[in-house]
Amino acid sequence: MVDLSINCAGIKSPNPFWLASAPPSNSAYQNCKAFEQGWGGTVWKTIGEPVMNVFNRYGGLDYNGQKIFGLNNIELISDRPIEVNLKEIAETKKLWPDRAVVVSLMVESKRETWHEIVKRTIDTGCDGIELNYGCPHGMSERGMGAAVGQVPEYCKMITEWVTEVSTIPVIVKLTPNISNIQLPARAAKAAGANAISLINTINSIIGINLDTFELKPNVGGLGGHGGYAGPAVKPIALHLLSQVAIDPEVNLPISGIGGISNWRDALEFILLGASSVQVCTAVMHYGFRIVNDMIEGMSNWMESKGFTSLDQIRGKSLQRVNDFGNFDLLNRTIARIDQQKCIHCNLCYIACEDAAHQCIDLTPVNGHNKTEVREKDCVGCALCSLVCPVENCISMVRIDDGSASKTWNQLTEEFKRNGKPMTWENLAEFQKKHGIEIH
Amino acid sequence: MKNIAPKLQSEQYEKNFSDLHPPFTQNSAVTEANRCLYCYDSPCMKACPTHIDISTFIKKISTGNLLGSAKTIYESNWVPLTCAKACPVDVLCEGACVYNDKEEKPIQIGRLQRYAIENYFEKGMPALFHKASKIGKSVGVVGSGPAGLACSAELALMGYEVTIYEANKIPGGLNTWGIAPYKMRREDSLKEVKLVKSFGVDLKTEIMIGKTVKVDDLLNKHDALFLGVGLGESPQLSIPGEELSGVVGALDFIEKVKTENWHDIQVGKRVAVIGAGNTSIDAATEAKRLGADQVYIIYRRSDVEMSAYEFEYELAKRDGIVFHFLTSPKQIIGKGFVEGIECLKMKLGEPDKWGRRKPIPISGSEFTIPVDMVIKAIGQETKSSFLSTISKLTLDEEGCVIVDQTTYQTTNPKIFAGGDCINGGKEVVNAAYDGKRAAHGIDKFLSLPKGGK
Ligand SMILES: Cc1cc2nc3c(=O)[nH]c(=O)nc-3n(C[C@H](O)[C@H](O)[C@H](O)COP(=O)(O)OP(=O)(O)OC[C@H]3O[C@@H](n4cnc5c(N)ncnc54)[C@H](O)[C@@H]3O)c2cc1C
Ligand SMILES: Cc1cc2nc3c(=O)[nH]c(=O)nc-3n(C[C@H](O)[C@H](O)[C@H](O)COP(=O)(O)O)c2cc1C
Ligand code: SF4
Ligand code: SF4
Ligand code: SF4
Repeated sequence: MVDLSINCAGIKSPNPFWLASAPPSNSAYQNCKAFEQGWGGTVWKTIGEPVMNVFNRYGGLDYNGQKIFGLNNIELISDRPIEVNLKEIAETKKLWPDRAVVVSLMVESKRETWHEIVKRTIDTGCDGIELNYGCPHGMSERGMGAAVGQVPEYCKMITEWVTEVSTIPVIVKLTPNISNIQLPARAAKAAGANAISLINTINSIIGINLDTFELKPNVGGLGGHGGYAGPAVKPIALHLLSQVAIDPEVNLPISGIGGISNWRDALEFILLGASSVQVCTAVMHYGFRIVNDMIEGMSNWMESKGFTSLDQIRGKSLQRVNDFGNFDLLNRTIARIDQQKCIHCNLCYIACEDAAHQCIDLTPVNGHNKTEVREKDCVGCALCSLVCPVENCISMVRIDDGSASKTWNQLTEEFKRNGKPMTWENLAEFQKKHGIEIH
Repeated sequence: MKNIAPKLQSEQYEKNFSDLHPPFTQNSAVTEANRCLYCYDSPCMKACPTHIDISTFIKKISTGNLLGSAKTIYESNWVPLTCAKACPVDVLCEGACVYNDKEEKPIQIGRLQRYAIENYFEKGMPALFHKASKIGKSVGVVGSGPAGLACSAELALMGYEVTIYEANKIPGGLNTWGIAPYKMRREDSLKEVKLVKSFGVDLKTEIMIGKTVKVDDLLNKHDALFLGVGLGESPQLSIPGEELSGVVGALDFIEKVKTENWHDIQVGKRVAVIGAGNTSIDAATEAKRLGADQVYIIYRRSDVEMSAYEFEYELAKRDGIVFHFLTSPKQIIGKGFVEGIECLKMKLGEPDKWGRRKPIPISGSEFTIPVDMVIKAIGQETKSSFLSTISKLTLDEEGCVIVDQTTYQTTNPKIFAGGDCINGGKEVVNAAYDGKRAAHGIDKFLSLPKGGK
């Protein structure tokens, strides 16, 4: 039997799938409905200061007919009073004792205000607190959200105000709108946070209407930066997650967020160290029902791989996150085309010809073109295999025997030892010795 | 006719002749366009006889550059609306789409082309091409079918003065008068005529060349001539009873259907169509859609040898047409009007010189199918009686005009030809290609130092 249950800094849930603090987790009605459908936890839509939303608040990025490849929003935190939210949180937790109910908070930067909201939140019986240091618009101008997340000192100060009174786990949710994500994560750690969650949304302008010149979303003729989320942000989220996960100075459980739409995405976050995963845009697109496939797909995958608990895979890929200087320069791959599978679209040809190393030959053969890689010129960049529309038609095959290996760091080291400067000539000599010719 | 099929309600006629392939909406067009892989040197383009740059025009639909999309199409083909609606795409572009190799549905190229071109006409045909300044030479074009139109458009843009001579009152050739109404209507064809006229082409209708105006008159008047006269009516069956009332030629019948005055067309309750080409299928399905109860297709050979396309055959079967294969008409029976058709069963013998197995009659196998109407659809006659009067023109044994494969010049250096009259009857798209290529042949000829004199 596969066990999907998790424990993130003491917050337990039957599966790793949590609603992210966002519109789907706005009310008792929604959170209870999500739990009924199988969600393991929720991070309640951020509660706090009085706010009023504008009406038109979302913009979608469609790509080649795929709707909402990315989603941008200028929504604020919960637009319902704290009292209403706290009452509903208490009711929800009572009804769903086995699910994780985490409450996201954001109030003005005053110690007493934070103390008060934290205490009132704990009184609901919830399992944890998440500090929203990420909201990139509306709140940040008022000195909250990303305004805190972008300044490690503020991050530390406010987290301390929370941890000094909190009796339940505190998660700090980070903004990706910063050049070094490790700094606010370390600040959170220093302030006694129990976990990190990331990412919140990315600063963005989703687009311009070419007929009216208005920004999207358009609010009475005006627009501005909003927060970007959805499938398009996943690679950025994965990277930032890995940066926090490999930082020995942080070493905290992490709740992964950003572009998770299905169990495959979720597994990638877990393989890079996430304990739980949070989902917003995918639910906004399709509803709570997607969790069914998430649970089932993940369980089936675990079973097929022989894993029984998520602890066995958490962080399994982290050891592979490394620096360019440690990559083997002599690990040679080239592209090989399976002529049986080829459908003759010639996309590999034009990609290699115009954008790589001009080493795919087109030869007319009974009415269509045959595409063939000139292997000695192929640099193994893999572009052709990325554009090929047929599954497993172009494979990248390794051609070196593994006997020689040299990283850039080793090479520069070796040059230094032998008193050779790093010049094009010396580099060419090294390449030539290993049969590498770049034209 | 003895038993005339009862007339239908107007709405029923409209329904019966409504679009076989309905138009895309903007959303569905973009979705389909996005599915296109944007192949390089694409197989679909190669399979199109006019070599439309399909991947490019489809990509332009996906970005919303519809005018650019139409321009890409017109660069290769002057009757793209007709082609979009009437081309046998299964055996041309769509049949070559790489998706077939992926065991997935090919891109609906025809419908996308229709989308781009209909948008172009809806936008009021904004100018896409720059007309070159006048060369001071004139070309006469005989026939306003797709071949003639394509040749005229191309020449007009190059700066030639072009006059089309068309025998019919309403131009467009078979695009107007032949293609089944559930594929396209007359008005579609006339839009394409209008576009060509907008390039300054002078279109003179109701002038049958060879009658009052002779080819020699045109040769005197113009620097070169293009013949796009197409083919004629279905040949005689040469069996007894052919003179009976209720026996009609397929082209005549179809032409009536194309008037869209469906109430006024008499169609028998039971109809036999002789022959199994694409025209036979059209005649049969059109008779059925006009209200005939029973429609039979009678063909000497089997389904394997029949020249109709697979999808046309499928369409006929869906329409409830009954096929009598290996059956040959012996005589049409009736007193004054058709009452039945006596047929003979056949079997297949040795292959003939084209590899098609010859039908051999089985003696004593006669049987009679009671019918009220017989439509003759065993091909189209060439216009050899007219063509053979033109000096220095050479025809092959089928009666087709012989031309140079690249210049489309006939054996009379001042005369060029294209379309059905050189190929014996192919598709609109072939005629469109011929016309365009011939225009370049003419231009090359008239640019010679002697100016073609
Ligand atoms: C019933 C039927 C259905 C068809 N359906 C399809 C289809 O679905 N798809 C497809 O691609 N193709 C179809 N075709 C074939 C297609 O219509 C022809 O291949 C195409 O129209 C040939 O073009 P053309 O310009 O050579 O000749 P035509 O279209 O035949 O045009 C010839 C023109 O020349 C005029 N003309 C002839 N003689 C003279 C003269 N002496 N003086 C002045 N004018 C003259 C005629 O009046 C006519 O307008 C169909 C054909 C038929 C018969
Ligand atoms: C409309 C909208 C409103 C959001 N509101 C909040 C919020 O109130 N508090 C918060 O911490 N994050 C908020 N987020 C960020 C999400 O919780 C999440 O971090 C982000 O959307 C990335 O996840 P996703 O790609 O699954 O959507 C919001 C996101 C969206 C799209
Ligand atoms: S791997 Fe790169 S260089 Fe090699 S054939 Fe493919 S595109 Fe060209
Ligand atoms: S991209 Fe793939 S399918 Fe297309 S031609 Fe190249 S190998 Fe063949
Ligand atoms: S072959 Fe198919 S997928 Fe490729 S360009 Fe043509 S229509 Fe598009």
